[in-house]
Amino acid sequence: MSTDRVEVRRTAKLYIGGAFPRSESGRSYEVTAHDGKPLAQVSQASRKDLREAVVAARGAFPVWSGATAYLRGQILYRVAEMMEGRRAQFETELADAGAADPARGVSASIDRWVWYAGWADKLAQVVGATNPVAGPYFNFTLPEPTGVVGIVAPGDQALLGLVSRVAPAIVSGNTAVVIASERSPLPAVSLAEVLATSDVPGGVVNILTGRTAELVPWLASHMDVNALDVTGVPAELLADTERAAADNVKRVHRASDTDPFDDAAQSPYEITAFTEMKTVWHPMGA
Amino acid sequence: MERPAGVAPPWEYASAPESTDVVRLEDRYGLFIGGEFVEPKSGRWFPTISPSTEETLAEVAEADPADVARAADAARDALPGWRGLAPAERAKYVFRIARQLQDRAREFAVLETMNGGKPIKESRDVDIPLAAAHFFYYAGWADKLEYAFPGRGAPRAVGVAGQIIPWNFPLLMAAWKLAPALAAGNTAVLKPAETTPLTALFLAQVTQEAELPPGVVNIVTGAGETGAALVDADVDKIAFTGSTEVGKIIRRSTAGTGKRLTLELGGKAANIVFEDAPLDQAVEGVVNGIFFNQGHVCCAGSRLLVQEPVFDALLGKLKDRLQTLRVGDPLDKNTDVGAINSRAQLDKIAELVESGVEEGAEIYQPECVLPERGFWFRPTLFTGVSQSHRIAREEIFGPVLSILTFRTVDEAIEKANNTPYGLSAGVWTEKGSRILHMAQRLRAGVVWANTFNRFDPTSPFGGFKESGFGREGGLHGLEPYLAFDGGGDGGDR
Repeated sequence: MSTDRVEVRRTAKLYIGGAFPRSESGRSYEVTAHDGKPLAQVSQASRKDLREAVVAARGAFPVWSGATAYLRGQILYRVAEMMEGRRAQFETELADAGAADPARGVSASIDRWVWYAGWADKLAQVVGATNPVAGPYFNFTLPEPTGVVGIVAPGDQALLGLVSRVAPAIVSGNTAVVIASERSPLPAVSLAEVLATSDVPGGVVNILTGRTAELVPWLASHMDVNALDVTGVPAELLADTERAAADNVKRVHRASDTDPFDDAAQSPYEITAFTEMKTVWHPMGA
Repeated sequence: MERPAGVAPPWEYASAPESTDVVRLEDRYGLFIGGEFVEPKSGRWFPTISPSTEETLAEVAEADPADVARAADAARDALPGWRGLAPAERAKYVFRIARQLQDRAREFAVLETMNGGKPIKESRDVDIPLAAAHFFYYAGWADKLEYAFPGRGAPRAVGVAGQIIPWNFPLLMAAWKLAPALAAGNTAVLKPAETTPLTALFLAQVTQEAELPPGVVNIVTGAGETGAALVDADVDKIAFTGSTEVGKIIRRSTAGTGKRLTLELGGKAANIVFEDAPLDQAVEGVVNGIFFNQGHVCCAGSRLLVQEPVFDALLGKLKDRLQTLRVGDPLDKNTDVGAINSRAQLDKIAELVESGVEEGAEIYQPECVLPERGFWFRPTLFTGVSQSHRIAREEIFGPVLSILTFRTVDEAIEKANNTPYGLSAGVWTEKGSRILHMAQRLRAGVVWANTFNRFDPTSPFGGFKESGFGREGGLHGLEPYLAFDGGGDGGDR
């Protein structure tokens, strides 16, 4: 009788509404390491999965946007804490994805959550305004979340690229439907498992794995998505994506080409790319 | 004229027409390119009329794509000089424009009313002073740009801005577009609406008087095809104010080009009156919300939501108030509601009002005598309106108010937000905590509490959802005209 233990393998699933379903289509695709080693069969999300994810994101929006900035900041910081505890897993996955320095990638990703966590209760103070109008009115302008943001994560930098897009989108109170890197989706699957245990309410972040070219047009044309982060949209799909976004006047944003490890890659203006400025007027008088 | 029992007759007003002598019109206006008026290569001209008399005021040039390209080239040529000018000196030119507008305020007000049909008291007291105020406000930003967006890297002009503006506030929209663009160091090609080009062309004269370097501001006149040519021209940014329908077309045609884009589109604003509201003030606010500028306002309060206990009282006061609105000659200083901007717009309004009647809503219009010539529409109320009626969903852009009711705060929020638009909203209540609650939950770029239709150059204005993206006014209105050397450049939104 052999005493060799058989490894329990992980099943990579989608993350929708705080749950981990397989694709309703029953499809999956094989993911390999940079050296060709088979890693996993990953769920290949369908159009219906994407629609379910948008429904979940819309459902979570009132709760998340209604939370205090202090609470949202705490929860984003909690994500960083949980990632720290899973360093080894993320490092392995980044190494499989061919990262030159996996430890640095994980550290930068964790630090990015911490950096954006701190903006939750400061953003309105930096980008809001009280406006000195010519008349007896009190008038102020505050940033508010846009709504449901569709995020196409960059194909490379499977973890830092993903975190750098998701954290600024949700810190203001948006909810997100994220299409993970097609080539290296496993860090995104692991991030989903972190999010599920980090007090981020179910539905705030929904992560789909699958074929980018298949999913992006559905995301771009979905009438209940308010904005798109097209940073990870392949150049050849960009014009069509922007065209589809016109149907309900989606905000479209693409991060600059800054090195994601550079400090310049994090900015409060990445947050305001997905906020709306609301101006409120009230008369003044005795 | 018959009036409901118990309603006193309105004051009889002697006519008080504003003299038009102050405006000297040429027979024809060319395109304003490279600092001078030039003949259009298209060889085409079209008349621009007074909507209150249907008389032709002047002919203006129709720019074809070659003309638009010429204007874009002039702006491109002028860009290095303007962008490279010391910011404090650039500011002085913009200040000069503000002062010129103040000096010529009366002339501009009369011309605005002649060409657009809006009451002279509005062009005199709102449009022209606010237009000057926008130039004055943004002029001061020119040499302070590095303070506007902290930590974002050095700001610089985006480049050549193509700007397309609507017919409802012709000079004011030109000011909203040009003032921040120029202050930030951009050059511009502006296309005013085909029905109301004249004050923009007079503004071109103002830029000449201000000795603005040639090509910094270029103005091309024409209709939709001219606008489409400008969107496709060699410009770095498009700023559009107009209908949501056209905004979507522009978004599609700039897709993949990398041109930056801001859109100020339509609205269907809810004006929400709670039972504890000061009703007389609310009535004035509701009237101002929908009948200001004949309802030709993208943020007009066109859906009135009234809490049930005060519905009857409010409706009675509103009908009484409508009886006292003076509709007629916009050049008369007593006039409250002027002419509809064009025959096409009048037809659109009539068609939508007809749909309201056909769908079962109850119409109310005050008795008033309308002039025989020109384009006119009576102030109109609809009661018995449901959310599915076209008059509750579609932007009418005319003096037509749809009235719905609600019982609870949550129902008011639900109904107010139940639209693809999100430009503006109004709240009327004495309860401060409720104002803040509503202001937070209404999905709209501007929320007026116990007031409506207020504008100021220091205040960001713009929409959520399908009312467009980007803001105009305030320091937030500068951002679309700046690029940044550091990280976090806003990219192509």
